Amino acid sequence: MKRKILAASGAIAVAAVALTGCSGGAQAGGGDSCTNKIVNKDATQVSVWAWYPAFEEVVDLFNENHDDVQICWTNAGQGNDEYTKFSTSIESGSGAPDVIMLEAEVLSSFAIRDALVDLSEYGADEVKDDYTEGAWKDVSSGDAVYAIPVDGGPMGMLYRQDILDEYGIAAPTTWDEFAAAAQKLKDAGAPGVLANFPPNGRAFTQALFAQAGSTPFEYDSANPLEIGIDVNDQASKDVLSFWQGLTDSGAVAVDEAFTADYNTKLVDGTYAIYLAAAWGPGYLQGLEGAQEGAVWRAAPLPQWDAANPVQVNWGGSTFAVTEQAKDKEAAAVVAKEIFGTEEAWKIGIEKAALFPLWKPILESDYFRDLEYPFFGGQQINKDVFLQAAAGYTGLTFSPFQNYAYDQLQEEVTAVVVDKSKDPSTALDDLQSSLEKYATEQGFELK
Amino acid sequence: MTTQALSASPARPQRRRASGIVRRQRVGWLFVAPFLVVFAAFLIFPLIYAFGMSLFSSTLATGTKFVGIDNYIKAFTDPLFLGGIGRVVLYAVVMIPAQLLVALVAALLLDNLATWLSKLSRLLIFAPYAIPVVIGALMWSFLYSPRFGPAGTIFGLFGLDAPNFLSSDSIFFSLVNVVTWQWSGYYMIVIYAALRSIDPAIYEAARIDGANGWQIATRIKVPMISSSMVMVITFALIGTLQFFTEPTVLRSIASGALPADYTPNMYAFALAFSYSQFNYASTIAFSLALVVFVGSFGFLFLTRKQNGLK
Repeated sequence: MKRKILAASGAIAVAAVALTGCSGGAQAGGGDSCTNKIVNKDATQVSVWAWYPAFEEVVDLFNENHDDVQICWTNAGQGNDEYTKFSTSIESGSGAPDVIMLEAEVLSSFAIRDALVDLSEYGADEVKDDYTEGAWKDVSSGDAVYAIPVDGGPMGMLYRQDILDEYGIAAPTTWDEFAAAAQKLKDAGAPGVLANFPPNGRAFTQALFAQAGSTPFEYDSANPLEIGIDVNDQASKDVLSFWQGLTDSGAVAVDEAFTADYNTKLVDGTYAIYLAAAWGPGYLQGLEGAQEGAVWRAAPLPQWDAANPVQVNWGGSTFAVTEQAKDKEAAAVVAKEIFGTEEAWKIGIEKAALFPLWKPILESDYFRDLEYPFFGGQQINKDVFLQAAAGYTGLTFSPFQNYAYDQLQEEVTAVVVDKSKDPSTALDDLQSSLEKYATEQGFELK
Repeated sequence: MTTQALSASPARPQRRRASGIVRRQRVGWLFVAPFLVVFAAFLIFPLIYAFGMSLFSSTLATGTKFVGIDNYIKAFTDPLFLGGIGRVVLYAVVMIPAQLLVALVAALLLDNLATWLSKLSRLLIFAPYAIPVVIGALMWSFLYSPRFGPAGTIFGLFGLDAPNFLSSDSIFFSLVNVVTWQWSGYYMIVIYAALRSIDPAIYEAARIDGANGWQIATRIKVPMISSSMVMVITFALIGTLQFFTEPTVLRSIASGALPADYTPNMYAFALAFSYSQFNYASTIAFSLALVVFVGSFGFLFLTRKQNGLK
């Protein structure tokens, strides 16, 4: 009996020791788990979460040029996947990186949870002039600056020259021309449609509303308890009615964006026009199944009033410093300087197809005259995206933007897919549900 | 258990045998200890912590405060939560009979066959259960896709348009299909094992009495495996009320038809990880657990004659 117990305990002990060996690799955020190589092992290490393509080269560039600070980078997921991890680490109080890549639209959602450092105390004003007015407004709230802008998504229109030529349609410059072109394409019996209006457009839909003059939210972190919500203004209703008319007649599709189906339809000629942000070309080039002989060109986004063009933005990202950073100075240096050199941006532009918001490269001849082989050598920045970026004046997002987008998606789906509501009722319902949510969360409606 | 038998014997042997039992029990606890540690750390303590969290309320603007039962009152009057409960109950009412029917018919048929075909069929029907749920749902999302799925080609052969499997009207049956495909095999195996344990002499006696195959199946086999069937239904009920994986995976291609709060489990997930409302998410999770508890125990009570539990 005694021997059996001894043998059993011995086995358990061996198993326990063996199992602790398994956990050896999982150090908490330390130097062991970086995707990139650390050049100076004695310097302060700053952990960074980012999902940019070709980012490792940018990190290596930074590490080689800085003796006192080194970046330890991991890709913690794209978009919402990363935000979920960040949100959980905020709630638990540990596990967040020092510097994190965040899209501008979610900055206030994290700032309100006291998760982001106000960079105006760490020298953000030194780099303010290096960014456009719209870009800087997106990362600031009142006097506080919560992140350094990196890339933007000024909007333009990418279109299939070959399809439009085949049906004798000129690239539209106003939304009226766009509607006429859509109808003409449908009447001609084309196998595809002019464009797609995704119910899950989220920031895309918001940008289209903003182009007509909508300012959905008024929010300032200096007064964090007050919020102004105006999503059912006439401009938004008019835009939604415009698109409802096109989708009801079948001239425009209502496929959900970023699905495998949608990706295929973008490149195989089902959509003749792709209303895109400046990261659109990079996105298109990464998709499989491109149609033979496709000829893509870029043009400015159609306008409501050709005499008074309004520029809008879709997406774009920033680097923010988190409250959990141990060395906030070093983290701020990383946030400011990682995409703060020409060399880094050459990598970002050529390999990652990013659109820079950093003025020294944004306004350079190199960028302006850059010819894009995908567009047959067209200088798309000069023709389209530079003026879109320059004219963009910024947009304020709510501190519960994820919820707002989910509600917007439900309402738009009800209008264009289920056809159970008209645009006016849908946006009124959106207004009341957002107001109810804001009040429940303790906000005061302005 | 054995103490009653020992009470008649003299005191000393009783103590020796008792200490033997206690020693064996201590060794038993030693073996169970590693599992208990993990179980407590990853299930018990998080449950207690989550329950604690559900008693507080934290709003984006004003921070955390203790609210006691208020969160639960809010949950049980929340139209999104109640709508989700209604939906999963509807799923249970449709899916469980469907799965059970497929499983029962398959098990009865396979019980009658004795050839290699029956072994192969068992394997094939069980195979979908071996596929991880997420992978199965992803596969079905491609099968349902208007572009990548076979529906267009198959319906095209008859000159018809393929129906849209992912619209708000058809998503219910699309999901029922996915779950039935995945789980019927598992339930079939359970029922088949129960059928195999019936003494074949009973069938001979029945045949002598003049029963045909159908009567044997419905009057003899099914009642004799009723306790296994009740177990199968209970598992299916618990699983369906917590429906999460398939709608979440299909959401990536059908987010219009499947809002974030489609089922209560999805609602709790969205609350926690999309909207950062961890406290209310815990409340929803516990409220769902309460509903599942009531549902499954209620069902076991209603079937107390058949379920074989005392």
